[in-house]
Amino acid sequence: MAKAPVPTTGETLDRPQAGPIAGRLARVTAVDAVGLEERAASLAKRSIKRDAKRWALDLAIRCIDLTTLEGSDTPGKVVQLSSKAIRPDPTDASIPSVAAVCVYPSLVPAAAGRLRGSGVKVASVAGAFPSGLGPMEARVEEIRWAVANGADEIDIVMNRSAFLAGDYRTAYEEMGTEIDAARPAHVKVILEVGELGSYDLVRRASVLAMAAGADFIKTSTGKIPSGSSLPAALCMMEAIREFAGETGRRVGLKVAGGIRQAKQAVQYLVLVHETLGPEWMTPDRFRIGASTLLNDVLMQIHKERSGAYQGPDYFTID
Amino acid sequence: MGDDIERRDATSTTPATPATRSPWEYASAPESRELAPIEDRYGLFIGGAFVEPRSGRSFATIDPATEEPLAQIAEAGPDDVDAAVEAARDAQENVWGQLPGRERAKYLYRIARELQERSREFAVLESIDGGKPIKESRDVDLPLAAAHFFYYAGWADKLEYAFPGRLPRPLGVAGQIIPWNFPLLMAAWKLAPALATGNTVVLKPAETTPLTALLLGRVLQDVGLPPGVVNIVTGAGETGSYVVRHPGLDKIAFTGSTDVGKAIRRAVAGTRKRLTLELGGKAANIVFEDAPLDQAVEGIVNGIYFNQGHVCCAGSRLLVQESAFDEVVDRLKRRLSTLRVGDPLDKNTDVGAINSRQQLRKIEELVEAGVEEGAEIYQPACDLPDRGYWFVPTLFTGVSQSHRIAREEIFGPVLSVLTFRTPDEAVEKANNTPYGLSAGVWTEKGSRILWMADRLKAGVVWANTYNRFDPASPFGGYKESGFGREGGLHGLEPYLELEPLSANGGGRRAIDQSRKAGG
Repeated sequence: MAKAPVPTTGETLDRPQAGPIAGRLARVTAVDAVGLEERAASLAKRSIKRDAKRWALDLAIRCIDLTTLEGSDTPGKVVQLSSKAIRPDPTDASIPSVAAVCVYPSLVPAAAGRLRGSGVKVASVAGAFPSGLGPMEARVEEIRWAVANGADEIDIVMNRSAFLAGDYRTAYEEMGTEIDAARPAHVKVILEVGELGSYDLVRRASVLAMAAGADFIKTSTGKIPSGSSLPAALCMMEAIREFAGETGRRVGLKVAGGIRQAKQAVQYLVLVHETLGPEWMTPDRFRIGASTLLNDVLMQIHKERSGAYQGPDYFTID
Repeated sequence: MGDDIERRDATSTTPATPATRSPWEYASAPESRELAPIEDRYGLFIGGAFVEPRSGRSFATIDPATEEPLAQIAEAGPDDVDAAVEAARDAQENVWGQLPGRERAKYLYRIARELQERSREFAVLESIDGGKPIKESRDVDLPLAAAHFFYYAGWADKLEYAFPGRLPRPLGVAGQIIPWNFPLLMAAWKLAPALATGNTVVLKPAETTPLTALLLGRVLQDVGLPPGVVNIVTGAGETGSYVVRHPGLDKIAFTGSTDVGKAIRRAVAGTRKRLTLELGGKAANIVFEDAPLDQAVEGIVNGIYFNQGHVCCAGSRLLVQESAFDEVVDRLKRRLSTLRVGDPLDKNTDVGAINSRQQLRKIEELVEAGVEEGAEIYQPACDLPDRGYWFVPTLFTGVSQSHRIAREEIFGPVLSVLTFRTPDEAVEKANNTPYGLSAGVWTEKGSRILWMADRLKAGVVWANTYNRFDPASPFGGYKESGFGREGGLHGLEPYLELEPLSANGGGRRAIDQSRKAGG
């Protein structure tokens, strides 16, 4: 594992939110990859049917951060997506709204304008997303700007460059600075698990981000080929559970990157249910970042109700 | 039923964490019983056909999850065992023993493929008759049973390469007695190496779980295995003793309890019969403070609650380094409360039914002894079905080596937790048992794994995993856990006469003969 020194005294890690975890970073609980992947695979085999499936699909919608992060995004596109976020199925009022709409900072005003009063939150990536490698002042400024323009939630990225160089202190302090800059917004820290190379480092990064004060930790940016995976998410859940046991703080989890099918969403919900328990089965502590997932969930809900699949033309594309 | 003890325990223990009741109840997802049609009566499988028992007797096999009778099973008496041995001898001398290895292999491959083809039917039947969760019969028993036939099919024409410088010849007719915990898988463990090496078999399944072995008999008919190569005689201990004492057998292979194993060893003493025994265990699962704790907890759960703890190599003694005791036990208790106990056919069931009333009584008796001896019991809140044989996954802390629950094999979902301070102490405690079948070591330190494995007196040592099986890996015990190995190249040896090749040309002739028989 890491050769670089890990801060073991509380001096610089002594953020008020960190609690007693700060002194413990040097011995983050080890992760066995074989066992972790086996457990994730066995939970993914749970058979979720009928009422249980309907309940899960409804919750999945309520947990979605409906996302568009393209260079080609326009205010028009974002307003349309926001309408869909509020009423995912115009023909069916029983379908709940999603949790949030997630966009780039300059599109925050467009989203905020449409979503005001709907209960659907405005989330924005900020802080030199997706690399996190811009100058610190610029990152902080970008975060403040997004919040000032209406973002309720900010998704920042961990500095993997510092983290992988073993400079945990820098990675940690930068997260802390950005989290402070984002307040009063709710902050999710993206670890980009596909770049970390081992579950041990996923666990270490999770602990670092939680100690820095993250409200949520998030798997991926969605901008590299390997996004979220069940084992990586399980690894983060185990870190969250341990952190909650030690500090009493219940940090949320957001999975994102490659989650397109209702079946995958249900598998993540099973993992959350059996690892973190019922207290995490809420949009306050679990989110799914996705764009195309929503329509597949809607299709499955209709199928559960009617017994037959509807054609894709019956689901709106925004 | 186990309700008296469960009720008492419920009041005498720390109340299980009443975690917020989940709003998400998994709807039942049962596998269909229709997949495995069960006949009203089953005869004995002798000489390639199902025949009425000469004994004229039969017994019922029941579904341990409902206590409903499933079928009447023929009970083999002495005459029936005679007939089975005779059929096996005839087949060995005139058909099977004459076939070249590559031809024997073809039958084994066919059996393996047929098991895969019909795996769903077999899995459902196994869960109905034995009580194990469908996810285990589907994902563990069936794939492994097929894998054993595939693996030994590969050896059948390569025996002379397995034992260089020696001439491998079949022993003749083997009597094989198998237990009720992995009925089909144990049949596969026993049959595959015996058939690959040119022996024929009289197989006696356990009386509480005969159905999958009998369905295997149908499969053997379907693949055209020559009549008499495998004969299946059903019955209880009495039938088993006819097999063990039969003068026409060359070899006895037994998997089951240590007491019965000792009786068998006495019975075959002074005869020409070869013997292998795979008996009980009281394995130590050893967790060091630097272990990957979340995966270790999964391994502990898999080690003792897998198949309701009806596993001879179950990790029934958990040895935790004292410095990690609280962390491990807290995690374990929380994990126990998520185990889903109930209908074995439900795809979401983690822990199924106890195999028989008799076994349930034994578990209850030992758990009671644990409470009386002062160990602290923990059982999660758990709704059990009204009918059937059930036992809540149970954990004892404050256990010492002198407690009965630390010494005797419970063969149920009951874990005893002990502590140690140093690696030396862990080894000393792990080895301080008359058994020696298996052990587990959990640590991030590779050198410590090797150091421990060198010192643990157990046939299998798992590192950072538990209850992992592979047909290529030998399995068997030290001390009162038995002798002889099943699986791997080692698993061929108990079924072979291995003569040294002499230098004077006899060797050449012998190899030519062996080519005829083996190659």
